[in-house]
Amino acid sequence: MANFLLYALAVGIGIALIAGPLGAFAVWRRMSYFGDTLAHSALIGVALGLFLEINITLAIVISCGLIAVLLVLMEKKNSLSTDTLLGVLSHGSLALGLVCVSLYSDTRVNLYGYLFGDFLTVTLQEVIVIYIAIAAIAIVLIALWKPLLMLAVDEGLAFVEGHNVTRLKIILMLMMACLIALAMKIVGVMLITALLIIPAATARRFSTSPEAMAVIASCIGVVSVSLGLYGSYLWDIPAGPSVVLGALGIFCVGAVAPQKA
Amino acid sequence: MGNTQQDGNALLSVNKLGFAVQGKTILDNVSLELSRKEILTIIGPNGAGKSTLVKLVLGLLAPTSGNINRQNKISIGYVPQRLSLDSTLPMKVSRFLSLAQVDKAACYEALDFLHIRHLAGQQIHKLSGGELQRVLLARAIARKPDLLVLDEPLQGVDVNGQIELYRLIASMRDHLDCAILMVSHDLHLVMAQTDSVICLNQHVCCHGQPESVSQHPEYLKLFGQQAVDEIAVYQHHHDHHHNLHGEAVNCDEGCNHG
Repeated sequence: MANFLLYALAVGIGIALIAGPLGAFAVWRRMSYFGDTLAHSALIGVALGLFLEINITLAIVISCGLIAVLLVLMEKKNSLSTDTLLGVLSHGSLALGLVCVSLYSDTRVNLYGYLFGDFLTVTLQEVIVIYIAIAAIAIVLIALWKPLLMLAVDEGLAFVEGHNVTRLKIILMLMMACLIALAMKIVGVMLITALLIIPAATARRFSTSPEAMAVIASCIGVVSVSLGLYGSYLWDIPAGPSVVLGALGIFCVGAVAPQKA
Repeated sequence: MGNTQQDGNALLSVNKLGFAVQGKTILDNVSLELSRKEILTIIGPNGAGKSTLVKLVLGLLAPTSGNINRQNKISIGYVPQRLSLDSTLPMKVSRFLSLAQVDKAACYEALDFLHIRHLAGQQIHKLSGGELQRVLLARAIARKPDLLVLDEPLQGVDVNGQIELYRLIASMRDHLDCAILMVSHDLHLVMAQTDSVICLNQHVCCHGQPESVSQHPEYLKLFGQQAVDEIAVYQHHHDHHHNLHGEAVNCDEGCNHG
């Protein structure tokens, strides 16, 4: 197997592993729209990175992180309670990002890659960076698992029981922002939420505890990535959408199975 | 903002609390005190601001005016009106209780107290409304709180179950040596179990022993007619009369209810 395929597989599996628990949180907290908004704003990060001539992934982490904090704070002020406003922000930032990036439309910029993923151009250096980031996210997740779970159960209860709800929400959002910046390489901004939501949604049917759901979601993600990459290699189809289709296939098969709890 | 003027026994004291959202007054000039082992019930029609008052007391909302003093380091057990837990989150009752940062023994003691040990292995989202309320109660008392705050704790429970649960709640006060702040919509059910009642409709309409409140003209205006005529929605026409008084709290005399 060629090196580039191995790297792609390694990155894909790593992302899928961490997307399992984070995707579960996205489902529990009904954050898929938030995820979309974050993902779309990543394109502004790309423009920012090109403009400031800094590392693009870093620029995406920064811009997504800023948007994440902004969303949490706006939500706190209750001015952001509707789907509508999120929809406005989400697509507004996508449009802004597209325009900004197209202003730099020299040959270096592969807009299609940012939108739908650029799986097969992953380098060894990127693999290492992504795994370090994944490890960092995993450590935070494990350390804060119980408080985060409480946040997902009920924010009011979590607050009354002494958890710092705003801080937890910001941390959760920042982890999502990081994941989105990393996963962009694989599935692109348009499909990232799918990689978060679909495995978690599939895992729900087979889980009786939150931990089981997170782990099963990770496993489904890994299988989806493997299937998708294989399909992409076999039929010469774009890798990102192929991975999402793999996840969708498992979801459809799973939907037939009886719900466990 | 000091606690100097109040007597030291008060676990919680609320002084001239006001809350408004975008210029719309939800609560105005609400004061109350709660000491250990006291049960205080807040009753009032829909939209009276009962839940808002509870959220202010818990610190979930910040007051627009006035202040809330809680005795240092009291622990609070809270039963929300509904749990925001999504059905996509699989969780057993026992796990839900253990997330309250208490040990297993305390969890099972609380479950036994409410006679729901058999629910320990069930999924939360599969519970009936009444079962869920009991689980929430069990979780709140498992934390051995100094102050128990219950926001309409008996939704979805039938009348017989409600009477039994109110008795249980009243017995928790001795069991846990705690104060209880409770929101209810039906004074008759809680009457035997509560020490004092606040009838709330944006401001404190009347305040006192349950017997005196149930005789109070203001209470009868709010609830009596409703009970007699079985009219679900009763409109309260008297707000502005009270507001003119500036501190329209005690409506024993002087309020023009015309």
